[in-house]
Amino acid sequence: MVDFELEPQIIERAKFYHTIAETMMRPISRYYDEHEHEEPQEFLQAMWRGALAERASGQQGEGGQRSQTARTLATAVFVEELCWGDAGLFLSIPGPGLGGAAIAAAGTPEQKERFLARFKSGEPKWGAMAITEPGCGSDSAAITTTARREGDYWVLNGTKIFCTSGQRALEKSDGFVVVWATVDKNAGRAGIKPFVVEHGTPGVSVIRVENKLGIRASDTAAILLDNCRVPLDHLLGSPEVKPERGFKDVMATFDATRPIVAAMAIGVGRAALDFVRDFLKEQKIEIRYGIRPSRMTALERDFIEMETELQAARLLTWRACWMLDRGMRNSLEASMAKAKAGLAVTRVTQKAVELMGPLGYSRKYLLEKWMRDAKINDIYEGTQQINLLIIARRILGYSSKELR
Amino acid sequence: MIDFELSDEQKMVRETVGAFARERIRPAARQADESESIPQELIQQAWQLGLGREPIPEELGGFGGKRSVLTGAVAVEELAYGDLAIALHIMTPALFAFPILEVGTDEQRRTYLPLATGDEFPFVTAALMEPRFDFDPTALTTRARKIASGFTLHGAKCFVPLAGEARAFLVYAQLENGAHGFDSVKAFIVERGAKGLSLGEREKNMGLKALASYELALDLELGPESIVGGEDSSYGARLLSESRVALSAMAVGVAKAAFEYSRDYAKERHAFGAPIATKQAIAFMLAEMALEIEASRLLAWQAAVALDKGGDAIKEASCAKNYASSVALKVADNAVQILGGHGYIREHPVEMWLRNARGFAILEGVAIV
Repeated sequence: MVDFELEPQIIERAKFYHTIAETMMRPISRYYDEHEHEEPQEFLQAMWRGALAERASGQQGEGGQRSQTARTLATAVFVEELCWGDAGLFLSIPGPGLGGAAIAAAGTPEQKERFLARFKSGEPKWGAMAITEPGCGSDSAAITTTARREGDYWVLNGTKIFCTSGQRALEKSDGFVVVWATVDKNAGRAGIKPFVVEHGTPGVSVIRVENKLGIRASDTAAILLDNCRVPLDHLLGSPEVKPERGFKDVMATFDATRPIVAAMAIGVGRAALDFVRDFLKEQKIEIRYGIRPSRMTALERDFIEMETELQAARLLTWRACWMLDRGMRNSLEASMAKAKAGLAVTRVTQKAVELMGPLGYSRKYLLEKWMRDAKINDIYEGTQQINLLIIARRILGYSSKELR
Repeated sequence: MIDFELSDEQKMVRETVGAFARERIRPAARQADESESIPQELIQQAWQLGLGREPIPEELGGFGGKRSVLTGAVAVEELAYGDLAIALHIMTPALFAFPILEVGTDEQRRTYLPLATGDEFPFVTAALMEPRFDFDPTALTTRARKIASGFTLHGAKCFVPLAGEARAFLVYAQLENGAHGFDSVKAFIVERGAKGLSLGEREKNMGLKALASYELALDLELGPESIVGGEDSSYGARLLSESRVALSAMAVGVAKAAFEYSRDYAKERHAFGAPIATKQAIAFMLAEMALEIEASRLLAWQAAVALDKGGDAIKEASCAKNYASSVALKVADNAVQILGGHGYIREHPVEMWLRNARGFAILEGVAIV
């Protein structure tokens, strides 16, 4: 039966994450935006210890206590709260990250156990994922990084960029990066496989950490693989080259991560919207709901439109999560959520800066930062345009060859 | 608990009404628009689906079902997918019946609900909108004043569907009782032939041409029993939200029709050696149309569920309606654009959908579902 109310246990838990956002993230938000490559040590340690304590008490992952039937949905709700706090700091939280998501999607049970066990104890660790290359972004099938088999090893060669938490995974912790590379260039997409590259593996190095428009607390690394040798069983899943299979793993990863990225976006958008709402309240300006748009003030129209755009994105996101939790195929819905959320928060935050005038533009407040942070959501994990392309193929029944 | 799956009953409603819309309504839509009339036989068949009388108690001529705004929204999306003017005609009796069902006194239900039921399509309607550019249902200029023998009603109404044949009307007015906004919006039952009720000419609108709608001039004296639910009840907000949800759902239906038609056309139509749907300029338009239709539907459903849980959902319903209205317009406009010159020609339905879709920003009703 259709219902839009979250379970009480998710709401309770969301409050906990909101408190973290408010008391641990917001106060340091500006500092780590302006001191881009510094480590927020205290915050990272606290988040790691919190996650360990949760795991020790039998609860799961960074999501903590979640409903077993609504895991992805719960994660989306919690992630929205944390990104309401600070999206850059959220991305820097230690944990399996996107690398973990790739292992979960493509790895065998044994590999999951072997590579993910490290997140249960010890010092903070990061998992990261590297797909993008200087010459290819959304066109993941054009990956040029190679994996060549030599005896008991795969030898990786190539350059990866835009790897979130890449430096933390490889140089600042006992983490790993999942690197997507081709085992057979002639096989096209089918030849692309994920490899776990451990920290400290000879031949892998961070060659640069990017300076960015926003989400500056997050490290975005460029990685060089120079005859980097990894054991055979670091290839996730089967080494067999089956038509389309390799790419299906990438896509399966995205089906799970896109709704979460959409939730991140919504968190940033909500931060901006709340800022405007609180300001209006202080000024005793009341938004009148229910009157006809032709009678609204320009401010009311803008505000209500921003709020509805965000809610529309949230509902699409929740539905994509709900489908995943029910084991339904959600590629179309995940892309819809991501495309909508990325664009909605880009517009909402830009409009918020406009509405607040000099206050919006000033670095005295966080609003301008949220506008900068928001933009990434329209780009990473598939740009707006790539997601529209995926949606278009699905609704038209076209293959990637028919609709390029 | 978050759930996006309709109940089995709702799925059945969607299937049944959807099939009727595809097989019966859609084929009749163009002719109805051109001739500005709907075959009585079609209306009668639609009435047999039971949508307008399902939740009315059996002893008053209904089917005694449970009323659900969500189920209603699901049904009218399908009807409007067939044709909006025909959908509005079919649902007009509900404009009269559902408010009385929901907030009327027992006496009013017993007296008037039988007028809105029965096996023949019943001609009863409601008058809410007013012929002013700044019309707003929360600030009506039709005034009701209390007098010793009951009430006086003064004002003008427009877009009153089926007024030409209606036996009874629900007329909305602002009761001058010191309250403002929704709280002072009251419905009055007015029977045909009441002194001071004058029917204007049938309206000629840009779209919804098949729907017979009229202006009304009101200079009435009514008895004390004419005020729905009595003087002290407050129901304006809830009734308005119910209609906004219904209109949102109908907007989704029109948008879906326009989307599907232009999608299929784009796959057939070739330019430069390939279907135009293989060009990103067209494909991206269609992708955005598809996702905005989904978003509109979810917003409408959320408001519907809030109403079914007993709230007045002012914010959810008005936001859903504003959103769905502009999506329907944008989608219908894109559909015309995708068909190009052919879209402008009345041989294809998309120009009609564009004219109809523009109506959502104008239309307000009260409790259609």
